[in-house]
Amino acid sequence: MSFTKRTAKPGFSVQNIGSALSQAVVLTVVLGIVYVLFTNTQENLALRGIESGFEFLDHEAGLPIGDSLIEYNPTRSYGYAFLVGILNTLFVSFLAVVFATILGVFVGIARVSHNWLLAKVAAIYVETLRNLPLLLTLFFIYSVVLAALPHPRAAIELVEGVYLSKRGFYLPRPMAEAGFSIFLTAALAALALGLGFWRWAVTYKMRTGRPMPGFWGGLGIFVILTGLAYLATGRPISSELPVYAGFNFKGGLAMKPEFASLLIGLVLYTAAYIGENVRSGIQSVQAGQIEAANALGVSNAVVTRKVLLPQALRVTIPATTNDYASLVKNSSLAVAIGYPDMVSIGGTIIGQNGQAVEIIGMWMAVYLTINLIISLGMNYLNARVLHVER
Amino acid sequence: MDDNTIIFQPAPARPAPSSRVGPRAWLRANLFGGWKDTVVTLILLAILALTLPGLVDWMFVRATFFGDADNCRQAGGACWPFIVDKFNVLMMGVYPQELGWRPAVCAIALIVLAALTYTNRVRGIVLIVAWAILPVFALFMIGGAFGMREVDQSLWGGLMLSIMLALVGVIVSIPLGVLLALGRYYGPPVVKSLCVAFIELLRGVPLITILFMASVMMPLFLPPDLVINNLLRIQIAMILFSAAYMAEVVRGGLQAIPAGQTEAALALGVSRARTIAFIVVPQALRHVLPPLVGRCIALFKDTSLVIIVGLLDFLGMIKNASLDTTWLGFQAEAYVFAAFVYWLICYSLSLYGRELERRGPSAQKR
Repeated sequence: MSFTKRTAKPGFSVQNIGSALSQAVVLTVVLGIVYVLFTNTQENLALRGIESGFEFLDHEAGLPIGDSLIEYNPTRSYGYAFLVGILNTLFVSFLAVVFATILGVFVGIARVSHNWLLAKVAAIYVETLRNLPLLLTLFFIYSVVLAALPHPRAAIELVEGVYLSKRGFYLPRPMAEAGFSIFLTAALAALALGLGFWRWAVTYKMRTGRPMPGFWGGLGIFVILTGLAYLATGRPISSELPVYAGFNFKGGLAMKPEFASLLIGLVLYTAAYIGENVRSGIQSVQAGQIEAANALGVSNAVVTRKVLLPQALRVTIPATTNDYASLVKNSSLAVAIGYPDMVSIGGTIIGQNGQAVEIIGMWMAVYLTINLIISLGMNYLNARVLHVER
Repeated sequence: MDDNTIIFQPAPARPAPSSRVGPRAWLRANLFGGWKDTVVTLILLAILALTLPGLVDWMFVRATFFGDADNCRQAGGACWPFIVDKFNVLMMGVYPQELGWRPAVCAIALIVLAALTYTNRVRGIVLIVAWAILPVFALFMIGGAFGMREVDQSLWGGLMLSIMLALVGVIVSIPLGVLLALGRYYGPPVVKSLCVAFIELLRGVPLITILFMASVMMPLFLPPDLVINNLLRIQIAMILFSAAYMAEVVRGGLQAIPAGQTEAALALGVSRARTIAFIVVPQALRHVLPPLVGRCIALFKDTSLVIIVGLLDFLGMIKNASLDTTWLGFQAEAYVFAAFVYWLICYSLSLYGRELERRGPSAQKR
């Protein structure tokens, strides 16, 4: 790599005193600007009677939060309220990443399908979603689509226990009964056994050359053993169904419309981008590769798994990494429809005590950390799983 | 040559079998290839049959095109008079109605220039100068100069504001992005690390946090007696944000220029600065024109976020209009209209991007 870098910039290396001096000047100017901004800020904060520092994090927040993953009430501290926001951001981003990936893969495959209608529908989906601002999509879902749903009293029941209404979506809540911990242990053991069988099958296939259905066998072991354990421990999972009482549903898992809109919007928007990555990945694999594999009599499923996917993913993964990062950043649009994510809660705190510098600093620190983790994780995946060269 | 020479005359080709050509073959190849294809096609047709007629019915058949809110409520379909009634507000916000011709002139100038650019009638330095002058002209026209009545920036809004934010943002952020990319690629260590820090910081955080920074934090940074209005602060934020992304696009172009280009220039005795300015950058920009257009689309979509910091751009006006009590209950129409306008602008830009890709350097190589 150092070779290409050297040839790419011939004669532009900086070794002399003149350039060292000019760099020192640049640094001094930048530091000078930072100093002026800093003193200005101090002066302005003093003028407006705004405190500085992070002591406010311990003060009582007094702000209500509509949707929290952890126990929260307004007497908790600002720091705790901000944590609620961080968790909400992470939660909605995580779910959106999972669903957007699934939908995106479908859309990408549909785009290159031989089925004309399917390819056209997928193309229209991609071209529509990608050419609209996400904020517009969110507003549309929030105030047109979800608002058109019926009142909870007349909620649409999709399947038993799943209700759609304009106040939100309601799902059955799984509840752990007696014997759940034994069942959980058994299930984990079954998972380990299944994975163990898969690994063994792979090495067996390598050693003997004889086929051994590792994935399906392992999955079978896991499913059958888990099912047996479930029956043996006396069905330790029950579900609490949402019930309409008074003016709204009680019990069950409730999904507020704000959360649902944000999740749906993020998924639809990002899936369009991921679909394009998948499409360009598939199209980047030369047709000769597939034809050669087919000519050798390799089955279609194996061609897809062993020839098409590994090469397509090399194109798809890096682009999708960027889309995941954008998704996390886009989740900040929550503030526009009132889902209490980190930006929304932080914005409320700024409104209350004016400590914008601290809050904006905290936002940036959290987002930069999340981005760093995503790119580290995806780089690892890229290096370890996808770039297996001979 | 005697007359008995037989010239070989192949028999005319037989027509392809009917199973290979014609609409039936097309249907079989593209829609009903096998049982899986058939199932997918039927499911999609069923979904379309369930949704499309209702949509067409709402948008056109039962829709009201002339009349007032009561006519709309009786008809039950889409209410397009609502959009007509709000059209001026959606286009230019609370800008004085009687001065509406000024933004209109700018819009016509923009459309003409865009058409000339798309058809490749204007090119090179003239094109760049024209696009650089346009936003300045628009600022003077809309704000009031040359002895025209001044219109305060707090009155700017609607689609006009969205386009202004995007246009000024793009035109200022591209040169800034080029400088940042050059700093990152060729700069000495201190400059390089400053550029990297700036680019990565801005790319790592959501635009909203930067807009909040501009609207809440920037007043704190400035000397107490210096007041910059909200619109300008937000415009600056959008420029800086966009510049960070532009810089990364341009850097990709810089990396695509073979080392031989700079080596040849230096060997001929061209100075470093001139090599970069006249040999590397123009070629690099040519390489990255399509992704630069992509960034323009992204920036235009991002202008919708200014609603969160209190500017009433196109989407903001749409939202406002949908809360008007006279026209209550016609939100869907407002958003459908907004979607149509945003889509039209973004999609034509992306068509232009594809056109550039077709004309571009990588296409010529093939």
